[in-house]
Amino acid sequence: MSGGDKQPLLQVKNLRKLFPIRKGLLRRKIGLVRAVDDVSFHVEEGEALSLVGESGCGKTTTARCVLRAIKPTSGEILFRTEEDTVIDVSGLSRRELRPLRSQMQMIFQDPVSSLNPRMTLFDIIGEPLQVNGMRDRQQRIDRVEELLRLVGLPPEYLQRFPHAFSGGQRQRIGIARALALNPRLVVADEPVSALDVSVQAQILNLMLELQQQFGLTYLFVAHDLSVVKHFSDRVAVMYVGQIVEMAPSETLFNAPGHPYTEALLSAVPQPDPRLRSRRAALQGDVADPANPPSGCYFHPRCRYAVDICRVEPPKLEELDKDHFVSCHRAHELTLEGVMVGTRAERQPIAGAVSQVSSKA
Amino acid sequence: MTERILPVEAAIAPEQGERIFVASQWQLMWWRFRKHRLAMIGAVAIIIFYLAVIGADFISYSDPEVTEANFSQMPPQPVRLFDGGAFRPHVLGVKGARDPNTFKRVFQTDPNVKIPLRFFARGYKYEFLGIIPTDRHLIGVDEGRAEETIFLLGTDTLGRDLWSRLMAGTRVSLTIGLVSVALSLFLGVLFGGLSGLYGGAVDTVIQRLIEILRSIPTIPLWMGLAAGLPRNWTVLQVYFAITIIISLVGWTELARVVRGRFLALREEDFVMAAELSGCSQWRIIFRHLVPSFMSHIIAATTLALPVMIISETSLSFLGLGIRPPAISWGVLLQDAQSLQSVALSPWLLIPAIPVIAVILAFNFVGDGLRDAADPYGV
Ligand SMILES: Nc1ncnc2c1ncn2[C@@H]1O[C@H](COP(=O)(O)OP(=O)(O)O)[C@@H](O)[C@H]1O
Ligand code: SF4
Ligand SMILES: [Mg+2]
Repeated sequence: MSGGDKQPLLQVKNLRKLFPIRKGLLRRKIGLVRAVDDVSFHVEEGEALSLVGESGCGKTTTARCVLRAIKPTSGEILFRTEEDTVIDVSGLSRRELRPLRSQMQMIFQDPVSSLNPRMTLFDIIGEPLQVNGMRDRQQRIDRVEELLRLVGLPPEYLQRFPHAFSGGQRQRIGIARALALNPRLVVADEPVSALDVSVQAQILNLMLELQQQFGLTYLFVAHDLSVVKHFSDRVAVMYVGQIVEMAPSETLFNAPGHPYTEALLSAVPQPDPRLRSRRAALQGDVADPANPPSGCYFHPRCRYAVDICRVEPPKLEELDKDHFVSCHRAHELTLEGVMVGTRAERQPIAGAVSQVSSKA
Repeated sequence: MTERILPVEAAIAPEQGERIFVASQWQLMWWRFRKHRLAMIGAVAIIIFYLAVIGADFISYSDPEVTEANFSQMPPQPVRLFDGGAFRPHVLGVKGARDPNTFKRVFQTDPNVKIPLRFFARGYKYEFLGIIPTDRHLIGVDEGRAEETIFLLGTDTLGRDLWSRLMAGTRVSLTIGLVSVALSLFLGVLFGGLSGLYGGAVDTVIQRLIEILRSIPTIPLWMGLAAGLPRNWTVLQVYFAITIIISLVGWTELARVVRGRFLALREEDFVMAAELSGCSQWRIIFRHLVPSFMSHIIAATTLALPVMIISETSLSFLGLGIRPPAISWGVLLQDAQSLQSVALSPWLLIPAIPVIAVILAFNFVGDGLRDAADPYGV
């Protein structure tokens, strides 16, 4: 493992989440949605792992299981606590989870639904502080003001309600709430996909700055590879509840190993028109996780599919060091990547001014 | 991908600025509610009605129980406000007699007997709010008894004053509505909350129960239950039995509203955020869920009230609810049941007016509240 001798901050093993489909007067179980089906990955302390896939691939479900907003059907979720003990949170009860909550927090996709419209910023951002033992009001006010400054909002906005803010500003408020308890793991479920493109870069830059400042670890969910390319150290691509490829960012973008990744990459804006024309966009829809196709789940949409793909499900195998692919033809295919700068340069995303004023 | 604009922002002019940014949900709702003219009129009417409930005895002048054989079936009597150019409200003296030929009752007014009306005059004894004994009334007369002189809305066949009886009936009918709705609210929040919170088998059982209750036609159900009330029960026992019968069905609608809001709110990310922040279940319910559906409950309750009131009125009208000597709107309208009495004394239909007025008022207010209940469009 690349993170040295330490256990990773988060290690997920064989995670499964099945939702029953119920019908009729007696709500009988008539089927199962295999939303997350045998997913394993780890996140090192201080790194950003992106989880990418089209809508309906199980990314949100994975993220919610990790934070134990929902209970997984099976599998292990090993979290290394502040005291360096490793706890499997997958089976813990509400009560057992509460002391761990402060160490892992979530940034939500929907800037409207994620903030209670009936509470002021002070109450929203101050709530995690209050329920975790900061009883003194003045102390909370100071901390909330500090957090607002940190996310680039004027601290005078304390008594305002969420309806006073734009989408980008609301995401900043959500980030301030997530950071209130100094979490070590931050799970961000498509934090910018509901925002205007111009605002997206500002929020991503803010998240990058906060990561550097506080050594945060991100599990970052996106449905679009263009958003993650500057953001993550490693990327895991999900398709119908399974991870089909996982690799360091640079490898994945430059030399993808799975046809689905290649197809997702073709949606990334490409400056060179000669490269653009040769790409095939994705055809068809994501398979139904309640009734997936035989063999490789991707075969009905795969332009490289051969006979074995329709029968035999492929296994996730290590193609190169740290590069895992689940495809029968991974060794023979040479797939089209995109040339991108890597995150190692850690430059702010072009065209964006970070920590912008309240106009965001 | 355009950013979603909240209805609050769309509805309110930008120049109002900071005032809106720091406005709580109740302020936003009030700003919206007061734009509904009908709802505002309805609200004023309801306030007046409930003031009448509180001061029913005070604004009456005659004891609603007292019969005056000589003044039965008296038509409404005009009040003269001016006497010789000065404001001096008075009524003329009346004498009741029988036409010796037709045996019909006739009333002769005597234009020379001017009886001045006094404000805050003494009259029959009562307890204000049920505790303060007094005999002051809004209007009355100095000499003689009000029962023999003032007949604003006329009298019934037993010579009881209709205005005073209407006030007593208003008190009973409107409080029965309130008590029933309170009971329905309690049952509705309890079962709707359990249903929405726990889901699963609890939810299924409660939902089926509600469906069964709602599929029974209400009038036969009420009639069956009300007819079963023992005849020898006291007025108070009957009163509470009727509230229970009426709320038996009324709670189901409120339970549906509560359950629906619970289910919708459980999907909101801010509830998950609260959970992930380490909030207790208790705190999530009372800090996040209840404030979010309180306004919906208030609107649903307002819309349920007129149904309760009309139920009581119908039951009493049919002789199955409140029974004489107790007085309610339904009891008063019973007197107008026969064609003959309506033909002879059409003023006995007057109690129908407040029934219609209050039902309309509650519906207007309920509609206004329902529109204003969700200023965020969430
Ligand atoms: N609570 C639920 N009940 C039933 N099915 C669900 C539930 N949540 C998600 N699913 C299903 O699981 C699959 C994965 O959903 P999700 O994790 O939200 O995907 P993503 O976030 O990648 O768009 C979808 O098919 C979705 O319909
Ligand atoms: S296994 Fe076959 S169908 Fe699946 S991605 Fe690889 S080539 Fe395509
Ligand atoms: Mg999602």
